Amino acid sequence: MSGFSRRSRARAQLALLLGPVSLFLAIFLAGPLIIMLIYSFLAPGLYGGVEWEFYPHNFGRILGFADPEFEIFDPVYIAIFLRSLRIALTTVLITLLVCYPAAFQISRLSDRWKSFALFLITLPFFASLIVRLFIWILILKKTGFINVALSELGLIDTPLELIYTEGAVVLGMVYIFIPFMFLPVYASVEKLDWTLVRASQDLGANGFQTFRRVILPLTLPGVIAGSIIVFIPALGNFVVPAVLGGAKSLMLGNLIEQQFLAARNWPFGAALAMLVMTIVLALLFIYIRYEARRGDDAPVIR
Amino acid sequence: MAESMVRLQRACKAFPLPEGGTVTALDAIDLEVARNEFLTLLGPSGCGKTTLLHAISGFVELDDGRIFVDGEDVSDRPPHRRPVNTVFQNYALFPHMTVGQNVGYALDIARTPRTERSGRVGAALEMVGLAGLENRLPRQLSGGQQQRVALARAIIARPKLLLLDEPLSALDRKLRQSMQIELKTLQAELGISFIFVTHDQEEALTMSNRVAVLDGGSIQQIDTPRAVYNNPANAFVASFVGASNLFQGMLQSGRVMTAQGDVISTDAAAAGSARVTALLRPEQFTIANGGGNGAAAKLDIGIRQIVFTGAGYEVHGRTMNGHDVVAAIAAAQQAQVASAEISRKATLLYDPAAVHIIAGGGDRS
Ligand SMILES: Nc1ncnc2c1ncn2[C@@H]1O[C@H](COP(=O)(O)OP(=O)(O)OP(=O)(O)O)[C@@H](O)[C@H]1O
Ligand SMILES: [Mg+2]
Repeated sequence: MSGFSRRSRARAQLALLLGPVSLFLAIFLAGPLIIMLIYSFLAPGLYGGVEWEFYPHNFGRILGFADPEFEIFDPVYIAIFLRSLRIALTTVLITLLVCYPAAFQISRLSDRWKSFALFLITLPFFASLIVRLFIWILILKKTGFINVALSELGLIDTPLELIYTEGAVVLGMVYIFIPFMFLPVYASVEKLDWTLVRASQDLGANGFQTFRRVILPLTLPGVIAGSIIVFIPALGNFVVPAVLGGAKSLMLGNLIEQQFLAARNWPFGAALAMLVMTIVLALLFIYIRYEARRGDDAPVIR
Repeated sequence: MAESMVRLQRACKAFPLPEGGTVTALDAIDLEVARNEFLTLLGPSGCGKTTLLHAISGFVELDDGRIFVDGEDVSDRPPHRRPVNTVFQNYALFPHMTVGQNVGYALDIARTPRTERSGRVGAALEMVGLAGLENRLPRQLSGGQQQRVALARAIIARPKLLLLDEPLSALDRKLRQSMQIELKTLQAELGISFIFVTHDQEEALTMSNRVAVLDGGSIQQIDTPRAVYNNPANAFVASFVGASNLFQGMLQSGRVMTAQGDVISTDAAAAGSARVTALLRPEQFTIANGGGNGAAAKLDIGIRQIVFTGAGYEVHGRTMNGHDVVAAIAAAQQAQVASAEISRKATLLYDPAAVHIIAGGGDRS
């Protein structure tokens, strides 16, 4: 049948097109992930490495059912976990508060200024992340720019504790992730049809009602996309806390890195990583479901 | 006199141009719309129609002048506090809301109780012939249906005045004609004033109680469709509304003589001589049998083209002096048209009493 052969040919073409990337992902993403998953259920070896026996207590150490033989439950891991969540959420919130209004302003500029503003926002991508973070050390440290300036002005006697705090980590995160939030938010704000805003006012809605019922729902896809794009890497980020956070502001990323490289407890590191992965995948799953549903009925996409 | 529904007093608006200077969109407009009146704004692109509507709905702030709606000065009120609703040109339906939510929007904003709301949404949809489509999304509707939703949404809050900015321009001819009739019926049923914008003169003439012809930000003429068509106030109105043959010249003892040498007979009298424009509508002409036999009111033309229009013929010709003339000839004169087509010339007859004389030389005044 010609219909059948056309369908199977289309399938062959699809396989050819998607084949290489599927293979790549299978080897370099699914492979390591499975190894990690298996490791996270194995016992740590005495001098690194693993013992091949089923051992659920890696997760127990984090969640409260530690191996009673040689570890006690330590809430520090949950604390780090919660701190990471808190920092990531704060980062999302602040970048959103910065980017959402800015997107409206920039979308109303003339074309020339618009592209200039967009260029400025993507400018940080052209410089190394590490360099940009180290500049914040120069600004925040005890003998750094802010402290020197403030004491020169006579406003403070002793230098402020700016660096190696949770605040410094959030600052660095916001600084890094602003472009990631801005671009999706801007894309949906730019698409907003302002005659709809007029229609809303015409029908009696004041500014706040118009925002809540028309502007926000129509730009929500950008807000959600931006929040996810920022939240996921922020949750697992280890560069910013490593440079600006110090020992007190450890995040999950740093903890995982320590388990693999310093403590040489691979199964525990793998368990931590799997927990982060679970959260990220759950979020992505919800997001994809939302996008798919929106695809049926929301007109904002195109 | 009964208080009018809308009154504009010397409404002025000029927009700054990016390269400096300004463009005058409203030039001291005075306008009154009566209760339950269907007024159409007619004019070429850029003449200020949309600006005028936006001034009434509050989206354009006037530089000068006042606006009264139902006797109240609304000039300084924001759009959401004016008793006026709009049907936008591109409908502007909220894409994330269903038809029912779109139509009920104004009621939701006004916190209308749920039972009353659903009753009124149903009634409004019924009125525009869309009952049962509450749960569709706008993009699942045809253009004509979207237009009706926009209409239902705009009338549900019972505004005192409905503004319609070229609401039919996106529809095909057939749908457009049926919507014209429906709009007119709806307006009579609702008993509210409509200000309707179009640049389609046929639409303006068929739908309105009165037509306001705009050009360059000022009203050229405001009158009944019949008066605007038959007695245009100036050459702009004459040429913009309907097809027309305009002859500028000097009126002297029953004749208008153009500088090129064409002569139009008329019953109009002038003391001495005056600069005028004579208007002859295409349907005022008939084709003479034979050579016209020395009739006074005639125009000899060479035929350039004859177009069959269904109801008759459109004869395009030119006088000996080079003035283009268009005549609409009834199908009854088929034989004369045929012989004109062969001889490539014709004599057009008209009634001198029906020639409309416009004072002035045809420049807009
Ligand atoms: N926001 C604005 N800024 C600058 N100029 C404007 C603005 N809005 C309108 N104009 C100018 O004012 C004049 C009147 O515009 P308006 O939109 O009222 O025309 P219109 O009669 O509705 O035309 P159309 O039939 O094309 O819709 C035009 O010359 C237009 O260029
Ligand atoms: Mg317009």
